Amino acid sequence: MSKNLRINNKQFVDETRKLSFVFNGKKLYGYKGDTLASALLSNDIHLVGRSFKYHRPRGIMTSGSEEPNAILQIGNDDALTEPNVRATEIELYDGLICNSQNCWPSVNFDIGGINNFLSPLLPAGFYYKTFMWPASFWEKYEYFIRKSAGLGKSPTKQDPDMYDHRYMHCDILIVGGGVSGLIAAKIASDDNKKVLLLEDKELLGGSLIYDDNDISKIDNQKSSEWLKKLIENIKNDKNIIIKTRTSLAAYHNYNFLLARQNLTDHLSVNDRNNKIRQRLYKIRAKKVIISTGAIERPQVFHNNDRPGIMLASAVKKYIDYYGVRCGLENVIFTNNDSAYETALSLHKSGTKLNAIVDIRENSSSEIVNKVKSLGIQIYWNHTIANTKGYKRINKVAIMKLNDKGNDVIGKKIELNCDCLAISGGWTPMVHLFTQSGGKLKFDNKDNIFVPDKTNLNQLSIGSAKGDFELDDVLKNSIKDTKKFLQIENSNYDKIDVQCSKEKEKKNIWLLPSDKPLSKTKPFLDYQNDSTAKDIKLALREGFKSIEHVKRYTTTGMGTDQGKLANMHALGIVADTTNTNMGDLGTTTFRPPYTPLTFGTIVGRNVGQFFDIFRKTPMHEWHVDNNAKFENVGQWKRAWYYPKDGETMHDAVQRESKAARESSGILDASTLGKIDIQGTDANEFLNRVYTNAWSKLQIGKCRYGLMLNEDGMVYDDGVTTKLGENHYLMTTTTGGAANVMSKLEDYLQTEWPELDVFLTSVTDHYATASVCGPNAKKIINKIFKNLDLSDESFPHMSFKEVKLGNINCRIMRISFTGELSYEINVEASYGKYIWEKCIEAGKEFKITPYGTETMHLLRAEKGFIIVGQDTDGTMTPVDLQMDWIISKKKYDFIGKRSLYRSDTIREDRKQLVGLLTDDPNEILEEGAQIVKDENKKPVNMLGHVTSSYFSPTLKKSIALAVLKEGKKLKGQKLLVPMIDKTIKVTVSDTVFLDKENERING
Amino acid sequence: MFLINCPYCGERDQSEFVSGGEAHIARPKQPTELNDDQWAEYLFMRKNIKGIQFERWNHAHGCRKWFNVARDTSNDKIEIIYKMGEQPPKL
Ligand SMILES: [Zn+2]
Repeated sequence: MSKNLRINNKQFVDETRKLSFVFNGKKLYGYKGDTLASALLSNDIHLVGRSFKYHRPRGIMTSGSEEPNAILQIGNDDALTEPNVRATEIELYDGLICNSQNCWPSVNFDIGGINNFLSPLLPAGFYYKTFMWPASFWEKYEYFIRKSAGLGKSPTKQDPDMYDHRYMHCDILIVGGGVSGLIAAKIASDDNKKVLLLEDKELLGGSLIYDDNDISKIDNQKSSEWLKKLIENIKNDKNIIIKTRTSLAAYHNYNFLLARQNLTDHLSVNDRNNKIRQRLYKIRAKKVIISTGAIERPQVFHNNDRPGIMLASAVKKYIDYYGVRCGLENVIFTNNDSAYETALSLHKSGTKLNAIVDIRENSSSEIVNKVKSLGIQIYWNHTIANTKGYKRINKVAIMKLNDKGNDVIGKKIELNCDCLAISGGWTPMVHLFTQSGGKLKFDNKDNIFVPDKTNLNQLSIGSAKGDFELDDVLKNSIKDTKKFLQIENSNYDKIDVQCSKEKEKKNIWLLPSDKPLSKTKPFLDYQNDSTAKDIKLALREGFKSIEHVKRYTTTGMGTDQGKLANMHALGIVADTTNTNMGDLGTTTFRPPYTPLTFGTIVGRNVGQFFDIFRKTPMHEWHVDNNAKFENVGQWKRAWYYPKDGETMHDAVQRESKAARESSGILDASTLGKIDIQGTDANEFLNRVYTNAWSKLQIGKCRYGLMLNEDGMVYDDGVTTKLGENHYLMTTTTGGAANVMSKLEDYLQTEWPELDVFLTSVTDHYATASVCGPNAKKIINKIFKNLDLSDESFPHMSFKEVKLGNINCRIMRISFTGELSYEINVEASYGKYIWEKCIEAGKEFKITPYGTETMHLLRAEKGFIIVGQDTDGTMTPVDLQMDWIISKKKYDFIGKRSLYRSDTIREDRKQLVGLLTDDPNEILEEGAQIVKDENKKPVNMLGHVTSSYFSPTLKKSIALAVLKEGKKLKGQKLLVPMIDKTIKVTVSDTVFLDKENERING
Repeated sequence: MFLINCPYCGERDQSEFVSGGEAHIARPKQPTELNDDQWAEYLFMRKNIKGIQFERWNHAHGCRKWFNVARDTSNDKIEIIYKMGEQPPKL
């Protein structure tokens, strides 16, 4: 802390708590209460970064979230480092480490600075124009663009911090704890409303809390003193929940809002252990009051971007709040009265103010008169024509404006300065209002967009709504809040406010210089380096819509979303095209208002909580027996059980051989199960499946295929008739929830007359499926009294038996082609029955198999898997499953679509088998099938849907969908791969046991 | 994120519901009587209007009931909610 830049200020900064921090490798000091920006400024550091395109030196410009330049990399830990942090928002803590981002090798000497001299070659749309051709060069361009444009670095290791989400509900949400928000909170609370008050800073009070002039008074007290009493009052109010360090990120429809609270970022690193770093509030508010205030505009003039050029309001805040002088030789440049408050603060703190340059002809308001009386030099009707100083401003050149304000006249006067405080008026923070869908209107008097129409229960007050003078802010906030909350009287109805009133207004969007525009650099968007020239160029090149101009020039496309740039961009477009600004419309502000970390967005949903997963009752057994798992929907299904370091291929070959030769067991618990009851249950099945169900007897099972109304296969499964009006339907694992919804939909909306009730029982039953030639012997060992003869218990039938107290539903159905039994028990007995089967099967070397072997076994039999061999474009006819379409039924879901002109085309893709000429060659699933690979463009005929090596057949087999496949049986085709072309022959879809003999063991 | 007033459960967050598209498109009673164009009209054609649209919603993570919603697609405002089988109100 050098050069006498610190002013004694005990109110907001704790000078007894000295904190050390490191900026670009240099150890520096600040105090508790400082932001990183105020601490840097107190060390006489303005230059903190380089601009994006021209690599011009840039300094701290603001004191808030609108900061375009002071964007730093915080921390140097691979996991905790955070890019793009605004120095103006982060509270200083002991041990903070930070670095400049967009410069190499250092902020003081930046190679990219050469771009500044090349700038005539880098106009608007430069990237679009230069890097377009040839297309094949793009990868090379991208490499260099990324390297030279590099904003911050992402952390390379997993974020170790904890984040949290919380729901909140309130009557009134107030966003912004400045004077208008506070008074609205008090009025709402006095009316017994539950209020949630959010403030993004650490303290309530906004800018009035550090206001130190003697002109504004509330109820005859100094305004800041009056406000402090109000804050005390609010802090003790039980109706008001206050969340500080909490910024509103997004305002969605129906008053659903997201806010982020910083809980530990202001603490020294050691104090953060085991604490939640940030919390995301998901807020549902009955009413919302936006009191987010306004941000000051810069002015647009030649070389307006040098370090040391700052917003006047920021210069004031650094003095009055942080006790930091931004310079020792100050000049103020303004077009309005508010900068005169900065003049008073400079004066009061004993800081040298060399001059005020004001583009207006004069002003006689109370505050200007007071400044005049202090003997401060004011240059009326003057503008800044140029500035000097490469890494820090040292001079401004001022000139008189002509009558129209579009040129300069007279002699150039040079003034010394190391800090130039600029003010171009104020812009209401309407971002949240527009995010919520609100429409703005243009106020010609103040050249601002203000909230107009909204569909939501919301109100904007204070300077967020366009009131800038204290009496307007207070009186209108009180009046509007009362009306919004339908309150007759408040305790503030007789409030007495005194303040200076602005009388003279003048605004020039682009200030003239003695140099022609083409030779100047009047910056609009400091972060993206776009100038007024770029806007004019875009207009000359024919861009009209403000959204297009924005993208072409990249104005407003930085991380600050153009908080400072957008109004000037609009103003210059309006002036150049002779349009009213109100007719141009504004660009859209999108959430988040300020950037959110990914950690905050995902909250606790990381690691094993990333997604919900479902386990079968036998899951532990699979884990204990070394199963590998695959995700099927949300289920974890046993995929295969490798033994002694087997590969997946080896394990699957072993498992499937065992199932064919002796016995295998599969956990089929994940299949969807729907219990169907009611007197119309049979009719219902007739309507939802393609085949006929009328003649199904109690105790029998039937396979069914379900279509969408468009005729495409939707799901399949076996349904069992348990009783006269009682069925158990099974669905695919992944389709269970969708089938249930679809059936419910038809029952409730199309066929409410049917007496049918559906209950999802997927989770209620566990299923062990035992298959293979020895399956009958194993089942017999467990259920000794059960008659398993083919006469009593044939294929596609069902029996209900007891094992001790356990009710077992046994279905003799097969998805492998082998004799097989599916034992269904209540879920809690799942593991018991599984282990019972394993024990009984020991002498037959019963082998647990996973989904991969199941897929192989069924593929050998040509059984489809919906979702693997079908993709929502396959009809039953395409699948060569014509046999399952009932000819007799008048109607079923999808029937009419089966003879649409498109579905009866013969050249549709159809399911076929494929055999590779080399039996050891296994096709890749998804591989394309062609006839001729030389004729370009290559005509794609279809693709492989399932492919395996069959240990029983000792050759590779595959299913595929193929254009006109039915006609191509026996044809030779090609499957081109990256390194070879595989020759295949189209075959039947059934590869094994075409006569279905194995089904009987 | 809407708030939807389920006629059976009351006001709930949108995340509990799924949308079922345009309402009042009855499945033809005799699909076999229709030609391809008429069937395609039922199957594929939806109005997708800007303004008040009648649509079906299902309280999927609640009572599982289907009901009708009149929603302004330009601002997502729900004008009225009424049960399945009821006629659309004049708005
Ligand atoms: Zn409900």
